[in-house]
Amino acid sequence: MLTYIIRRLIGAVILLFIVSAVVFSIFFLVPRIGGATPDDLASRYVGKSAGTAQIHETAVKLGFTDPIYVQYGRFAKGIVVGQNYNYGPAVEHCPAPCLGYSFITQNPVLPDLLDRLPVTLSLAVGASVLWLGAGVATGVISALKRGSFLDRSSMGVALAGVSLPIFFTGLLSLSIFSYGLGWTAPGGANPMDATNPLDWAYTMILPWITLAFLFAASYARLTRAGMLETMNEDYIRTARAKGLRERDVVIRHGLRAALTPIVTIFGLDLGLLLGGAILTETTFSLPGLGQYAVQAITNNDLPKVLGVTLLGAVFIIMANLVVDLLYAVVDPRVRTQ
Amino acid sequence: MSTKATPRSTVPQDRPGPTPAGPFLQVRDLRVHFPTDDGVVKSVDGLSFNVERGQTLGIVGESGSGKSVTSLSIMGLHPPGTAEISGQVVLNDDNLIGASPEHVRRLRGKNMAMIFQDPLSAMHPYYTVGHQIIEAYRIHNRVSKQVARKHAIDLLDRVGIPQPGSRVDDYPHQFSGGMRQRAMIAMALSCDPELLIADEPTTALDVTVQAQILDLIRDLQQEFNSAVIIITHDLGVVAELADDILVMYAGRCVEYASAHEIFTQPRHPYTWGLLGSMPRLDRERTERLKPIPGAPPSLINVPNGCPFHPRCAYAQLTGGASETQLPELVETSPRHFLACHLSAQDRQRVWDNDIKPSL
Repeated sequence: MLTYIIRRLIGAVILLFIVSAVVFSIFFLVPRIGGATPDDLASRYVGKSAGTAQIHETAVKLGFTDPIYVQYGRFAKGIVVGQNYNYGPAVEHCPAPCLGYSFITQNPVLPDLLDRLPVTLSLAVGASVLWLGAGVATGVISALKRGSFLDRSSMGVALAGVSLPIFFTGLLSLSIFSYGLGWTAPGGANPMDATNPLDWAYTMILPWITLAFLFAASYARLTRAGMLETMNEDYIRTARAKGLRERDVVIRHGLRAALTPIVTIFGLDLGLLLGGAILTETTFSLPGLGQYAVQAITNNDLPKVLGVTLLGAVFIIMANLVVDLLYAVVDPRVRTQ
Repeated sequence: MSTKATPRSTVPQDRPGPTPAGPFLQVRDLRVHFPTDDGVVKSVDGLSFNVERGQTLGIVGESGSGKSVTSLSIMGLHPPGTAEISGQVVLNDDNLIGASPEHVRRLRGKNMAMIFQDPLSAMHPYYTVGHQIIEAYRIHNRVSKQVARKHAIDLLDRVGIPQPGSRVDDYPHQFSGGMRQRAMIAMALSCDPELLIADEPTTALDVTVQAQILDLIRDLQQEFNSAVIIITHDLGVVAELADDILVMYAGRCVEYASAHEIFTQPRHPYTWGLLGSMPRLDRERTERLKPIPGAPPSLINVPNGCPFHPRCAYAQLTGGASETQLPELVETSPRHFLACHLSAQDRQRVWDNDIKPSL
């Protein structure tokens, strides 16, 4: 088991380097193939009045004139051992793992990311608890009361949930609950400014519910389908034949078996969200990783884009690893193979 | 194992039938109908039998004759709203049909238990064998987990699982087929049930393992003095075990007598067919097996008259009665019930000339 984990971790590191190389190429190599000179690239990061000489100077300073593998090597080296940058009057040291400096603000990228991570983490964790609970509970009840009014209506709501985009449900709920009724905090509040958990929840409740609604819908459908299948299994009949209470039959035998695929998808969804919930963060103006990514892209701030992409990749790769390990815990049949 | 058709000589010949004390399990006129979009499926249509403690009843019939539906009705395992059940299932003077689901649930596992056909799919893949036995025991007994675990290990030992102390923590997929069925039996026996229903307990098993499992059921029955119902399509299985045999066809009883009578003086053409299609190793292989022609009828459209008449080689001897009239189940001789239109003389002649020599 330990060797398996170590092997997977080494694989994860290799995968991360491949991801970084691919992302790096997209932003630094593809423009060159498209015919952009180093000076063209540099012209985005100087003032409007800059002359050709200044632009060229910037291109040299940013390293655009070097061959692409040298640029990538510099970036990769920064991640492993850190790097010194000379952007202005002083040389600044960026300790490992260094994701580089912003071309625009000249701030190192990693501290920026770490500043914003708690916001995204708050959003993802809170919403995931909500959607997992609500989705699974709805799915179980729907499966047990299959064909009933309750089943039909909750599956109808679920269909709406998967179909309606966040920027619709988010704005609608903001206008009703925040601006109309004044029950929740308006958009743009930073949950990290909250001084107590209640305040934090007050700020986050609307983003949580909006995001959870989207996911709960698909989890409800997934759980319902899984329960309909497992409740017809022979071992459910055995559990009833033992004289087990129906509640225990459903939860301990039916749901236990139906939960396996849900655990897998939950892990992957959570990993994906931790890299930034772009739509939710934008809709509610939450200063998280998703919003950071959007700003970086609009500003053509390549090191930021690269950094946020890599961090997202780290979360997804880690989530995959955790899900694979968890699978052996959840399904004993996987363990012995 | 299905080679011996000779009944055990110890079988008392004065069965079946109610005993003065009142039978332990009494099924009276059981009807189980499933309404579907295509019509009503009459899976069981007026079935009656008795089983005493320490006695074994074999219910025999082809697939779809209503055997398993009968057992699930006794256990109260048909999901509510799916089946229309009428008649009586009296266990220990307690009528279970119409009793509250909670009442029947409390009896399940404790007073009556069931062994299922395929032990791999009948055990939960995510729980250890021990956990599943412990769970069964702790539903009906307020004991600590340690005590229940010890009980589970004892049970596994008793059903012949080697090293029960370590195998108790194995998962079902780590057991072989025969071991799984033993574990299933251990689970069913965890609360010393008075009634044990085994639904095709050996069908999914290796032939060599089949005999061991049947021996085990017989030994445990003697030890616990339980009433046992064995449901099977294999007459060889009940030849080994059963005191009485009930032959089912299309949801009805066609012949019901002691095992000895069924094997020595079978009277229904369907029973003859079942016996004729049984492979025998104690005879020379001079002839082919004689399968019953045709297939069991749809239980939505059961043929008029005797349900077996389209497949019966002797239907024309009844002068058309078998095509129009449903034969009543009558006691043709003491403790031998039969539902057939053949006259006694015709039956005797066919038996002497056609059937007996070839069986």
